Amino acid sequence: MAHIELKNITKKYGSHTALTGLNLDIADGEFFVLLGETGAGKTTTLRLIAGLDKPTEGQVLIDGVDVAGWGAAERDVALVLQQYSLYPRYTVRQNLEFPLKPKIRRLPDAEIKDRVARAARTLRIEHLLDRKTDRLSGGEMQRVSIGRAIVRKPRVFLMDEPLSALDAKLREALRTELKNLQMQLGATFLFVTHDQIEAMSMGDKVGVLNHGRIVQTGTPHEIYNNPRDTYVASFVGSPPMNLIDGRLVDDRAVMAPMNFELPLAIGAKAFGGAKASGATDGRPLVFGIRPEDVYLESGAPVEARVHDVENHGVEKILTLRVGDTMLRATVPARTDVAIEEPVRFAWNPDKVVMFDKGSGVSLRHAG
Amino acid sequence: MAAVRTSSEVAFNRIAIAAVLIATLIFLAPIYWIASTAFKPKELAVSVPPTVLFEPEVTPFVRLFTKRVQMQKPVDPQVYDAAPWWEKRIYDGGERVLKVGKDVQLSQYPDRFMNSLIVAVISTVLAVGMGTFTAYGFSRFKIAGEADLLFFILSTRMLPPVVVAIPMFLMYRVVGLNDSHIGLIILYVAFNLSFSVWLMKGFMDEIPKEYEEAALVDGYTRMQAFFKIVLPEAATGIAATAVFCFITAWNEYAFALIMTNRRAQTAPPFIPSQIGSGLPDWTTIAAGTFLFLLPVAIFTFLLRNHLLRGVTFGAIRK
Repeated sequence: MAHIELKNITKKYGSHTALTGLNLDIADGEFFVLLGETGAGKTTTLRLIAGLDKPTEGQVLIDGVDVAGWGAAERDVALVLQQYSLYPRYTVRQNLEFPLKPKIRRLPDAEIKDRVARAARTLRIEHLLDRKTDRLSGGEMQRVSIGRAIVRKPRVFLMDEPLSALDAKLREALRTELKNLQMQLGATFLFVTHDQIEAMSMGDKVGVLNHGRIVQTGTPHEIYNNPRDTYVASFVGSPPMNLIDGRLVDDRAVMAPMNFELPLAIGAKAFGGAKASGATDGRPLVFGIRPEDVYLESGAPVEARVHDVENHGVEKILTLRVGDTMLRATVPARTDVAIEEPVRFAWNPDKVVMFDKGSGVSLRHAG
Repeated sequence: MAAVRTSSEVAFNRIAIAAVLIATLIFLAPIYWIASTAFKPKELAVSVPPTVLFEPEVTPFVRLFTKRVQMQKPVDPQVYDAAPWWEKRIYDGGERVLKVGKDVQLSQYPDRFMNSLIVAVISTVLAVGMGTFTAYGFSRFKIAGEADLLFFILSTRMLPPVVVAIPMFLMYRVVGLNDSHIGLIILYVAFNLSFSVWLMKGFMDEIPKEYEEAALVDGYTRMQAFFKIVLPEAATGIAATAVFCFITAWNEYAFALIMTNRRAQTAPPFIPSQIGSGLPDWTTIAAGTFLFLLPVAIFTFLLRNHLLRGVTFGAIRK
């Protein structure tokens, strides 16, 4: 188990910069999720920690020790990849034994047997041990991959989108299993994904990566409710946060395109120090509101038309149209609306997040 | 509609099978010719029209392996009766097997055949081995001027090798490599290496680097990961490359003819040298050629599964 620290990491591949001034701090025993789109630099970050690549600048510290001079073998980390992490010629048992047999930390045979048996029991793959890996299903393969990681009791688990190649049901099941496993082992996990649901449901902490920079680090709750900028706001959440251009006029939000207005809870705790940090009247802003904080009510201040209805079982996601502005609202499934029907809506003023129009940074974070 | 397509598919299938059969017959014809000539009685070898049905005999092989001289007068009947069956066949042809004391004097063919084996096997092992390592390097590491280096390696194949035969011969004579096994081995490795590097690079590129990286993270060195993970995965490619290199080295004629004449001479230049003057003994030559074909046939047959996969996958793509 270990504490991982990345200090001011920059990584360049030729003329392409993959990571810029990256700082990360992963506490011992933490489930840290690195969330970002394809090409954001997530895999690069993992490879730097694993020792498969060297940073162009900056330091990687494991338990406070700079590991720049250490090869992948010496770092004692485990890596689980989306695919190709099982050796096709080996049986499941041989795959599980493989990490226990290198010269630098060869274990006694009895210990190997014991550890393989324990890992197989934990992951419920005991019946597969003598099967060749090309005869496994996707879910079984990923279980074995995770098994290959846990047999070794490494200092840190690095997981590169281990669930992405699986179908939805299996992904959900393994998500829970992985989280339980991490708690059971008390291990440090660095989990990389582009799936914000995985990040939200599994992470103790989430780091959002965009174009090689960490945009925000925090608990899933912080990331979700208090996004640092419009990128995080639109990337996290499904459907994402509504972002509407507007201005602040007399403590009301005046939306630019169609000039509809909504009240704000000035002085409420969610508003925070926005006023102090320059949310002055007339300044161009972006108002952010989560779809679940938009209500339909007969007496509500703004009229809109229902543009689209998506039925999700427990709830419906409505797309509302006010002039040219589209707005998502999550409403209970029993809400009975038809497309093009006029409705009235309001928002929860406590939940509104204001972003600077120019920089995209939340006013709560600006100060 | 479906029925129409099916019947046209059947027709296409039949045409394809017929084409394959014809092509196979064309390819097999010379092999049949050599094989049948090797077992023919001398006088039938040049008969017109060619004899198809005959009683096969192994006398050509006896002649191939022995030193003989023409008899001036018929053989003593007692000697003839005491001789083993194969020697009688030689007496029947008006020749006598040369002996030192009681030992039959062998022809040069076994030596030349051995030379071919030594040179082809060693040069194949070296070319494929070096090619595999080089290809791995090119495939996995960032190498300055990689494209130029690969092109340079390929460029050694852009000129027919015979063009450099004379300068090579002169150089070899100065350094004392002519008529030596090592000299031929160096030449054949040089011919085959570019081929081996390029072919193996194709195969290496298709082995996901994730396998080795997983091994590296698991505590293995690059070298251990290479031998434990990459090499078994590359077996198909190695087999295919080895067959091609072996065939090239085994069949090579021009350089073997120029660079060797006695000690290190391989079978290809030796066999035609036995045509000699007067009426050529085609059956003995065919017997030599027939035996010469066997190692390649056996080698290819043993590796046929790898070879088929190797030719259809890898290498060609990318």
